[in-house]
Amino acid sequence: MSIALDRFHKAFFEECFEGLDVMEQSLLQLEDQAHDPETINSIFRAAHSIKGGAATFGFAAIADYTHGVETLLDRMRAGVHPVRPAEVALLLRVVDVLRNLLLSARDAVALDEMAIAETQAALTRLLDAKPVAVEPATKTAPSHGGWHIVFAPETDLFRTGNDPLHIFRELETLGPLHSEVSLADGLGLKALLAEDCRLTWTLHLETSADEAQVREAFAWVEDQCQLEISPLQVPAGLSVQTAAAASHQAEKPTSLARSRTEASSSIRVSTDKIDALINLVGELVITQAMLTQTGSTLDPVLHEKMLAALNGLDRNTRLLQESVMSIRMLPVESVFARFPRMVHDLAAKLGKQVQMVTVGEHTELDKGVIEKIADPLTHLVRNALDHGLETPEQRQRAGKSAMGTVRLSAAHQGGHIIIQIADDGRGLDRERILAKARERELPVSAVPADAEVWQLIFASGFSTAESVTDVSGRGVGMDVVKKNIQSLGGHIELASKTGLGTTVTIRLPLTLAILDGMSVAVADELYVVPLNCVVESLQPRPQDIKTLSGEHRVLRVRGEFLPLVSLHALFAIDGPEPSPQDSVVVIIEGEGRRLALLVDQLVGQQQVVIKSLETNYRRVRGVSGATIMGDGRVALILDPAGLTRTTALAA
Amino acid sequence: MSTEIAQGSDTHHATPPAGALMAQEYLTFTLGAEEYGVDILKVQEIRGYDTVTRIPDAPPYIKGVINLRGTIVPVLDLRIKFRFEQVVYNDFTVMIILNVAGRVVGIVVDGVSDVLQLGAEQLRPPPEMAFGPSGSGNAFVTGIGALAERMLILIDIEKLLSASDLGLMNSSEPATASH
Repeated sequence: MSIALDRFHKAFFEECFEGLDVMEQSLLQLEDQAHDPETINSIFRAAHSIKGGAATFGFAAIADYTHGVETLLDRMRAGVHPVRPAEVALLLRVVDVLRNLLLSARDAVALDEMAIAETQAALTRLLDAKPVAVEPATKTAPSHGGWHIVFAPETDLFRTGNDPLHIFRELETLGPLHSEVSLADGLGLKALLAEDCRLTWTLHLETSADEAQVREAFAWVEDQCQLEISPLQVPAGLSVQTAAAASHQAEKPTSLARSRTEASSSIRVSTDKIDALINLVGELVITQAMLTQTGSTLDPVLHEKMLAALNGLDRNTRLLQESVMSIRMLPVESVFARFPRMVHDLAAKLGKQVQMVTVGEHTELDKGVIEKIADPLTHLVRNALDHGLETPEQRQRAGKSAMGTVRLSAAHQGGHIIIQIADDGRGLDRERILAKARERELPVSAVPADAEVWQLIFASGFSTAESVTDVSGRGVGMDVVKKNIQSLGGHIELASKTGLGTTVTIRLPLTLAILDGMSVAVADELYVVPLNCVVESLQPRPQDIKTLSGEHRVLRVRGEFLPLVSLHALFAIDGPEPSPQDSVVVIIEGEGRRLALLVDQLVGQQQVVIKSLETNYRRVRGVSGATIMGDGRVALILDPAGLTRTTALAA
Repeated sequence: MSTEIAQGSDTHHATPPAGALMAQEYLTFTLGAEEYGVDILKVQEIRGYDTVTRIPDAPPYIKGVINLRGTIVPVLDLRIKFRFEQVVYNDFTVMIILNVAGRVVGIVVDGVSDVLQLGAEQLRPPPEMAFGPSGSGNAFVTGIGALAERMLILIDIEKLLSASDLGLMNSSEPATASH
C-alpha cells in the first residue's frame, strides 16, 4: 500500500514542480503583456491540479494553501479581480512558498513559516476586499434569471473517469436545471464505441449564482470539453464579451488537444535505464569496431558478402548510437527558464531596467551537462546585471535607452553547443583590469591584446575582496566559472567593447559521455589527452630544452619557458625512453597552467567513450578516466588539470 | 570456534550454526604449490590472462586494468601480493573475476582447480604464524580447509581488497594514492 502510494508521490511531485514552472513562466508573461485570458487559465489549471493532487495524496497543508490561491486566480480569470503588478508579485511569491511546501513534503526541507503566513495573509486580504470594479461590461453579476450552458465534452470523457451526471447534480444544487441532449451527427453505427461520449448537452440553470460558481462544477472536465456559459437573458453590454469568450472557447480545445497529444507521446523513463542503454550501445560500437578491424584483413574478393554486412553493421551502429545519445538530450530551456525570474527579481533589487531575451532555448544538450551549467550560467547572468549593465540614468547619459538588455542564446556549432550571455552595458574596463593585474603581479605582456586582458579576469584570486572597484568588479568568482566549464570539457571566452557591452561565449561538448581526444603513444601504451586541453604539439629542438636546478627540465616555446615532463618518467613506464629529439611534445593547459608533455608519438584524434576508473578501482593522480580503444584494450585518459597541479607542486 | 571462521569468511549469507552441516562452496585455485579457496558466491567468472593496461602510481601487484565487456576492471596478481618468487604468465595463468563489496576485481592465479563443498567440521582455524613465509598474505587467511591429504587455505577476499595499501575501498581519497 505505502509502496504503491510512494510511486505515485514521485509522479505527483514531478508534476507539481512542472506546474509551478508553468505558473511562474505564465506569471512573468502576465507582467509584460496585457493579460491574455489563456495565460491566466493556464496558471489556474496548474494551481488547480496541484490542489487536487495534494488533497488526493493527503498533503492537507498544501491543498489548503493552494485553495486560497486558486480562488484568487479564479476571480482574476473571471475578470472579477484585476490583474495588477501587485497581484503578480504576490503570486510569484506564492509560487516560491508552494515550492517550499512541496520540498518540505518530499525531502523534509525546513518550512518557511513566515513566508507562508505572510502570503496567506496577503491572499486573504485580497480576497476579503470588495472586488474592485473592473469594467462594467465584464462584471458578471447575475442581473438575469440564470445561465445558458452548452456542454460539449470530448469523446474520451468517460474514459478519464468523469461522469457528466455528477456535474449536473452539482449544478442542481445551485437551482432548478433543465437539460436537453443532442447526439453528434455523421457517425455510423460501426464506428460507434460504447465508451465514447458523443453527446452534447444544452442546459438551462435558473440560479442567482455567478459564472464562477457555475464554472466550478465543470472544473474537472474543463480541458476536455467545449463549454459555453451565457446569461439566460443577455443584457446588451454583455453580448460582445460573451461572443469573444465563446470564440475563445472554440479555439481553446484545439490548442489543448495539441498539447495533450504531445504529452501522451512521451514517457518518463528513469535515467538509470537510459544510461544502461547508452552503455550497452557503447559496447556494441566497440565490438563493431573490433569486427571491422578483423574484417579489414579478409580478402575482399572471397568475403564480399561478409564485408558488405560489416559495412551495414557499421552504419547501423552509428545511427543507433546517435539516436540513443539523443535520448539523454534535453532542450536548454530547462536552464534558461529560471533566468527571467532571476532577472526580474535582481533588476528590481538593483534598481535597473532590464529586458531578458533568450534565443535558441530548444537547442538540445546532454542532461548531465545541463545540470552542471546551471550554476556557472547563473553566475554570469548575475554578473551581467550587476556589473555589466548601468543604471537607467547612466544609460541615458551615455545616450542609450534606459532599458538594458541581457541576451542569452544557445546554438549548435559542429559537435558543440555555444552558449552566449551578452549585455549592452558598459563593457569591461581594460585599464582597471591591467592596473589590478599589475598590483597582483600577474604576468602581463608589455602591450597586451584585448583577449589577453580579458583572460586576466579568470585568474584565481583576481576576484577577491577589493576587486578593482565596484565599477568593474567583474571578476567575482570567474575563476570558478572557468573551472566548472573546463571540467565539462568546455571553453569560455570573453569579448567586450567599452560602452557597448560584454559577451561571454561558452563552448561545450554535447555530451559528457564522449570526449574528443588525441591519442598519444608511450612505449606500447596508449593515452588519450582531452583535445580541449591541448594547446599545440611540436617537435622539440635540443637547444630549446634547458634544465633547471639540475633535474627539472623546461622547454622554450616562443620565448616562454614551460615545465617539460616526460610521460615515461611521470608514469614510470617500462621500456627505454627515446631522446627528446625523437619524441613529440604536447603542450597541455589545465587550470590556467601550461605543461609540455613529452610522449613518443601522436597517434591520432578520435572520439572516445569515457569510462570511470573509480567504479572498481580508485582515483589515480593525473588520470581522469579510461576508455576502450577499437581493439578492445583499455587506454587511460589524462587529466591535464591534475598533471599541471602535480608538476607545479614538484617544481 | 568453527562458527567464528564461518563468520569471518562470509558476510553474505546466514552463518551456519556450530556443528550444523550447512556446507559452503569454495572455488579452489593454486598459487605456486599452495592451494587456496575463495567463497564461490563472490566469483563472477574465470578468464584467461590477457594483456592489461598499466596504471601509473599503483603498487606492483596491481597489474593494471582490463576491459570486461565495457567495464574497467582492476587486476591484481595474488602471487606478487603474497610474495611468491616465481611469477610467470603462461597459457595456464588464469584471472578470477570477483564481485566484492559492489566492486568487480580480477585476481591473477596460477590455475583454477575445482569447486569444493566444505562442511563446518572440515574447517580449522588459521595457525598463528606472525612470521610465516608468506607474511603479508597471512593476515587474510581465515581458516584452513582439511580435505583428506589436501590443505586448502581459505582467504577473506574482502579483507584483502580493503587493505589500506590497496586503497580500493577508500577510493576518492587522493592521499592514499601517495603511499
